[in-house]
Amino acid sequence: MVSGKGIIGLKYLGKDDIEKIVETAFSMRDISKRSVKKVPTLRGKTVINLFFESSTRTKTSFEIAAKRLSADVVNFSYASSSTSKGETTIDTAKNIEAMNPDVFIIRHASSGIMELLSRHLKTPIISAGDGTNEHPTQGLLDIMTIRDEKKRIDGLKVVVAGDIYHSRVARSDIYGMGKLGAKVYFFSPPTLITEDYASLGARVTYDAQEAFTDADVIIMLRIQLERQATGLFPSTREYAKVFGLNEQRLKLAKPDVIVMHPGPINRGLELSSGVADNKEHSRVLKQVENGVSIRMSAIYHTIGEGHEYTDN
Amino acid sequence: MNILIINGLLIDPSQNMEKSGALLIEDDRIKGIVDPASYSINGDTAFLKGQKDKPYTVIDAAGKWVVPGLIDMHVHFRDPGYEYKEDIITGTMAAMSGGFTSVCAMPNTRPINDNKTVTSYMISKARDAGYANLFPIAAVSKGSGGAELSEIYDLVDAGAVAVSDDGMPVASAGLLRMALLYMKPLGIPLIDHPEELSLSKSGYMNEGVASVKLGLNGIPQTAESVAVARDIMIAAETGSRLHLAHISTRYSIELVRWAKKMGIPVTCEVTTNHFSLNEDAVDGYNTNAKLNPPLRSERDRQAVLEAISDGTIDCIVTDHAPHGHDEKEVEFDKALNGISGLETSVGLSLKLVHDKIINKKQFVQLMSYTPSVIVNLKNKGTLKTGADADVTIIDPDKKWVVDKNKFLSKGRNTPFHGRELKGRAWMTIAGGKIHGNTRT
Amino acid sequence: MKSVIMDSTAIERALKRIAHEIIEKHTSVPVSLIGIRTAGVFIASRLAEYIGQFGRIPVQTAILDITLYRDDAAKGAGRAIVRATEIHFSVDNTFIILVDDVLFTGRTVRAAMDAVIDLGRPKVIQLAVLVDRGHRELPIKADYTGKNIPTMDDDQIKVVLTESGSKEDAVYVIRKGD
Ligand SMILES: [Zn+2]
Repeated sequence: MVSGKGIIGLKYLGKDDIEKIVETAFSMRDISKRSVKKVPTLRGKTVINLFFESSTRTKTSFEIAAKRLSADVVNFSYASSSTSKGETTIDTAKNIEAMNPDVFIIRHASSGIMELLSRHLKTPIISAGDGTNEHPTQGLLDIMTIRDEKKRIDGLKVVVAGDIYHSRVARSDIYGMGKLGAKVYFFSPPTLITEDYASLGARVTYDAQEAFTDADVIIMLRIQLERQATGLFPSTREYAKVFGLNEQRLKLAKPDVIVMHPGPINRGLELSSGVADNKEHSRVLKQVENGVSIRMSAIYHTIGEGHEYTDN
Repeated sequence: MNILIINGLLIDPSQNMEKSGALLIEDDRIKGIVDPASYSINGDTAFLKGQKDKPYTVIDAAGKWVVPGLIDMHVHFRDPGYEYKEDIITGTMAAMSGGFTSVCAMPNTRPINDNKTVTSYMISKARDAGYANLFPIAAVSKGSGGAELSEIYDLVDAGAVAVSDDGMPVASAGLLRMALLYMKPLGIPLIDHPEELSLSKSGYMNEGVASVKLGLNGIPQTAESVAVARDIMIAAETGSRLHLAHISTRYSIELVRWAKKMGIPVTCEVTTNHFSLNEDAVDGYNTNAKLNPPLRSERDRQAVLEAISDGTIDCIVTDHAPHGHDEKEVEFDKALNGISGLETSVGLSLKLVHDKIINKKQFVQLMSYTPSVIVNLKNKGTLKTGADADVTIIDPDKKWVVDKNKFLSKGRNTPFHGRELKGRAWMTIAGGKIHGNTRT
Repeated sequence: MKSVIMDSTAIERALKRIAHEIIEKHTSVPVSLIGIRTAGVFIASRLAEYIGQFGRIPVQTAILDITLYRDDAAKGAGRAIVRATEIHFSVDNTFIILVDDVLFTGRTVRAAMDAVIDLGRPKVIQLAVLVDRGHRELPIKADYTGKNIPTMDDDQIKVVLTESGSKEDAVYVIRKGD
């Protein structure tokens, strides 16, 4: 599966691959809870964090993950304007590849960059998010968080709400959770989604009542405030009122609903502070913890060819 | 050159003709269709009865179609300014190789063809090259900037056959109206690239199921149809000739259908790309399938095919848009739009005949006769006696595989590489000069 | 060629003898057995049962997954699933006995010791194995051995136990060639 090629999108992974990565992540989480938070398995391996778009959190999460596996991590950050200096993204990546890394972690503002780069690189790639396409490790950590809590994915009502159109998280969530049998609802103002999103297997709704009623899981996406300037919604006030999640709406969901958010949260916009801080339902920090474990698992499964271990 | 083409199927919609026969060419003119009794053949040479001193080169076109030289009224030759993508020499060679004896070149060169110096340069460079005829299309507005009209009368005087700001729409309705009024006495068409920029601005492919799957921002259908509607209304009011470039959506087509019924002076074209492919061709972030307008849904493609069949669409063009390798092998959103299309057009268009969407005469109409009428190319698009000796001989059943590395065009950007096509130009004769005949 | 070198009776006898030896030698309670996945886990729980029966002393068991401590990551470890390590007692200052089915190169034991030491600082680590087949590549030696079996280094030793679904316990030697 992922070995040798990397993880560039959940649309390319099978159910078994997803389950294997999540399963391993639970074992990885145990390591993160010990006093010695490090195992020697990737000693001597080099992990490159190649970020063409700044994201301190995701980069740090990958960096911690790699270090807990004893890999060496090197960070390269390029402003998206680096190509104005004349070097193409392909050339940049190939230059770094010449230093013989074992895996690339890449974040880039262009959808489809992973497909382009994997045609030019021999080194496997783990996507840390491409444009408005996918953010596979976020999708996987969301799955892990739900699995952790609900012990299953199959048959759960999962609501993904917010700016679906511009969200790489929404797309990875539906690809991953869809394969594992969740009933996914997309809830969003019609300017931030199209009816065509039903083709991904989600149910598209503009009605908060329909979206949140009996939900097992609610994933609120971050609303990028600059969208308001482009006229996709008129004001944060109205957005919060009609499309945000507050204590009142949370009551529509199942009593044991969990609320997730990829962060950073706009308090009072997509998520009211009351919901964000609700210890009973909010799993936002759990997602961050699981993010490291998922990324340890992703790196571990991506590096090397692998064989079953026998020493008899 | 004196040529006698025998045994071919002569197809000429201008004379409503489709029959086997022999076509006689003398120097750079078509002499006429001749009776087998009127000539005798000796090896590769023929003589007319009673003219023993005047030999004709015999071309045996058995099993092939002999048609008026094909005309592509929408190409981008990048010369002057971007000769690394294509120049007038390679462009006109590629045209001949693809079966086109005449092409109309869009003005988005560097500098923009908004003055007669550029127009004259293009014409003379093509003439010196001696391949396909090149007819420049000049810019509607200075620098195609959409603000001030260019000197259209002067440009037509220098040889421009139409005006367009292609690559970009004439974004202002006011300027479009002004241009159409101003140029009305010239009798040439304004070719608009119909696109409402406020609707298409942040998109990279058709908005639909395919864009959702790829996570690429979409361009809605209305980006085109809204502009088509606007253009038609202005053409209706001004009564000036409007030609709509590369229409691609079912609503655009309905609007054109309606306009024609109303007697509004509108014509339109479709590209080989838009009737051959749909949005799924972009799968895997294939930048060679990135065009503007974007490849549309299968439903739109079917509507295009129907409109080709029923005559709503007047002609087929390539929108030949050669680019350098590095301009396509980049991030999808950064990749430039377009396909290098001259050398695959005939094969792709013949599929319409093989699939019985159009008949042979319609094929010639769409690819030669009607374009000659739209851009007023007198003595082209026809096999009538006295017409220019521009003739394309087509082998309609020859199967071949597209190999971009064999293109004469500098542009290797094609999504059709490796595709098997049925039929291609076998010989192209422009101004009585033979090119090709190497691929029997 | 495959031949049985220990049948179920021999295995039972060997494990019982190890249990007695552990009871004799242990210096602190409870006896802490850590089985190395997979077969070592089953053997550890059998030993725990015998020790409980014969010695009437408290025994605790735990499971160790050493995948992430293997020294052949260069060859790639990618596909191996990492299963949980389940040690529910503190290893600090504890008298630990690692349990495995076969002792061969010693690399598994080295990895297991590293894994345990990352969890804390045990007082003592000992090793119990059902079979010692020789060919050590590291200076490691078992404290309790069920049976010493001389082998060629390309022989394979196969331990099958009822816990992993086989009908009967047995240890086989599989020899290449002839
Ligand atoms: Zn155009």
